[in-house]
Amino acid sequence: MTVRSYREALHDALRTELRRDESVFLLGEEIGRFEGSYKITAGLLDEFGPKRVRDTPIAEEGFTGAAVGAAMLGLRPVVEIMTINFSLLALDQIVNHAAKVYGMFGGQARVPMVIRTPGGGGQQLGATHSQNVELYYAFVPGMKVVAPSDPADAKALLLAAIRDDDPVLVLENLALYNTRGEVPDHDEPAPIGTARITRTGTDITLVAYSRMAAVALQVAERLAETDGIDAEVVDLRSLRPLDRDTVVASVRKTNCAVVLEDDWLTYGIGAEVAATISDGAFDWLDAPVRRVAMAEVPLPYAKPLETAALPSADDAIAAVRQTLDAVARRR
Amino acid sequence: MPTSTSAPRRRRRPPTNPAADDAQLLAFYRQMVLVRRFEERAARAYTEARIGGYCHLNLGEEATVAGLAAALDPTDYLFATYREHGYALARGIAPERVMAELYGRTDGVSGGWGGSMHMFDADTRFMGGYGIVGGQVPLATGAALAIEYRGGGEAVVCLLGDGTTNIGAFHESLNLAALWHLPIVYVIVNNGLGMGTTVEQASAEPELHRRAAAYRMDSARVDGNDPTAVYDAVRTALAGARAGRPYLLETVSGRLKGHSVVDPAKYRSRAEAAALAAADPVAAYAVRLHGAGLLTDELIAEIDADATATVAAAADFAEHSPHPDVSTLFDHTYATPVPNDARRLPGEPLFPVPANGVPA
Ligand SMILES: Cc1ncc(C[n+]2csc(CCOP(=O)(O)OP(=O)(O)O)c2C)c(N)n1
Ligand SMILES: [Mg+2]
Repeated sequence: MTVRSYREALHDALRTELRRDESVFLLGEEIGRFEGSYKITAGLLDEFGPKRVRDTPIAEEGFTGAAVGAAMLGLRPVVEIMTINFSLLALDQIVNHAAKVYGMFGGQARVPMVIRTPGGGGQQLGATHSQNVELYYAFVPGMKVVAPSDPADAKALLLAAIRDDDPVLVLENLALYNTRGEVPDHDEPAPIGTARITRTGTDITLVAYSRMAAVALQVAERLAETDGIDAEVVDLRSLRPLDRDTVVASVRKTNCAVVLEDDWLTYGIGAEVAATISDGAFDWLDAPVRRVAMAEVPLPYAKPLETAALPSADDAIAAVRQTLDAVARRR
Repeated sequence: MPTSTSAPRRRRRPPTNPAADDAQLLAFYRQMVLVRRFEERAARAYTEARIGGYCHLNLGEEATVAGLAAALDPTDYLFATYREHGYALARGIAPERVMAELYGRTDGVSGGWGGSMHMFDADTRFMGGYGIVGGQVPLATGAALAIEYRGGGEAVVCLLGDGTTNIGAFHESLNLAALWHLPIVYVIVNNGLGMGTTVEQASAEPELHRRAAAYRMDSARVDGNDPTAVYDAVRTALAGARAGRPYLLETVSGRLKGHSVVDPAKYRSRAEAAALAAADPVAAYAVRLHGAGLLTDELIAEIDADATATVAAAADFAEHSPHPDVSTLFDHTYATPVPNDARRLPGEPLFPVPANGVPA
């Protein structure tokens, strides 16, 4: 084990795969000479050269589509899209081609590509630069979407994504890049499609992914200290496929749940989780499943408005307390 | 149709008396100095954490700002990029309101909702800065369509960066404009870089104005460090646009600092940075006007003091303008009120359970 930042863990995974497999190459805006907008690819151009670390013009639709095509011939492109907001320019190529080629041609062609892209608000970047639209991709059969919340998973899931024969979108998060944690020294990929219990508990289940899964852990620790509440945290880490069994098993044990998400509430990822709990743990539930999500507005620039619109640890704590109050009244 | 670097059908500026011309030359200088001081003040406020988010400055672009803005009629529309503070000022928006937007306050041009990248002002027909690269280009094309549709004499000027010419929407828009004979001038502000990538590294045709040839559109490249050259070129382009011939103009200038305030621009060599500083358009223009006898040392100092005072007042105003109240968070989701709009803060439940626990 070595303590690494989320940023370094992603970098390590890219470097490992570039060294291991000649067919892996990186492309994206400013990833080479500029070393990446968020410096994930720092040093890789020097080490692997411009053939393997390819700077692109600002042309998301073009280079993402080109990655699909290169993958169809067996290369393993890893595309960096500067933030998930700009992936919308490539939405067509991702949804209509990356996710379709395998099925539409009867399984004859594979698309072993990766799209790495960070989401996240909270940096006062305004309405178009603060969105969490991972749902758009998690909605689409044929896509795989993973959302690591700590450095160990960042490395292990990116390794898995690059080795996978399907298009995988790796959702990173601006607020997580500097977070640190223990990362195994080996290069074992994590299984895509499985959730992880990051804290065991008996009183309530917190379900989250990406940044909010890290927040959920902090919330659980605070609640243990202040309220003596023993929360279990389920880190989804894979949004498609979704590991419903792990979520349901946890709620069958705790009998209540709060879902934390950075995206919008209506039709969001949390809605799918809540529906899953309703399907799989209805008879075990002692309170409605609460969701804590971003306010449904184009995110304003002004700090007080932005802060109010984004889900916080305090919002989560309030939701947990209210849920447990409802449980107590029922029992 | 070949591109018209040689500018064959340039419309002569209406004959004006020399005094008025001198006034315009001085007005360019005042404008350039105001933009320079404003941007320096913005950079300072950013490092003092009074401004957040991304903050892209027009440092090095002042001559283009001044020449372009002066060439527009008041009824023309301007679409900008996220690098738009200077254009907002030059379009006539009060510096107080531009600065207040940077501070995210209620008196800001966008009420604190947009920030540095998203200024908008209907009164001056400043149709917005846009943070998505290329996002403004189809919108500006549509605005030109609206003018043509209604039959008006106005035109649209759409700013974009050199790097933005590689976005698909740029090409789609130029084709539409040419096909529909729209009254629009696309202005590529070529500052040599898109973040850290040079024009040559990103564009297979680095003479960007030549891209117009693919759409049989008139085009030209002009020295963006010379406000008079920019002014003349924009007037020429607008004359064509108003007659239904859209135009692609490329202005060439430098970006004196990083891509945004937080970018140390380490990818640029010392020599490059020094060369840029030596070609500083504000200083060069001052020398030129000085040589022509239009500027004296006293006047230079006076103009500078004026700009500094204006900018200080703007910062003071911004500092004292109120923050938007959280109760206004849901005010701008829909223009037409609609039942069941989700007006809920993150911690609020969909269906609140009453305190006594008994469902209603
Ligand atoms: C669609 C999209 N992709 C990427 C970005 C990130 N980005 C912001 S500015 C920029 C460079 C733009 O360069 P240029 O068009 O030359 O304008 P300049 O910043 O030099 O004024 C990039 C890549 C973005 N905002 N939108
Ligand atoms: Mg540029």
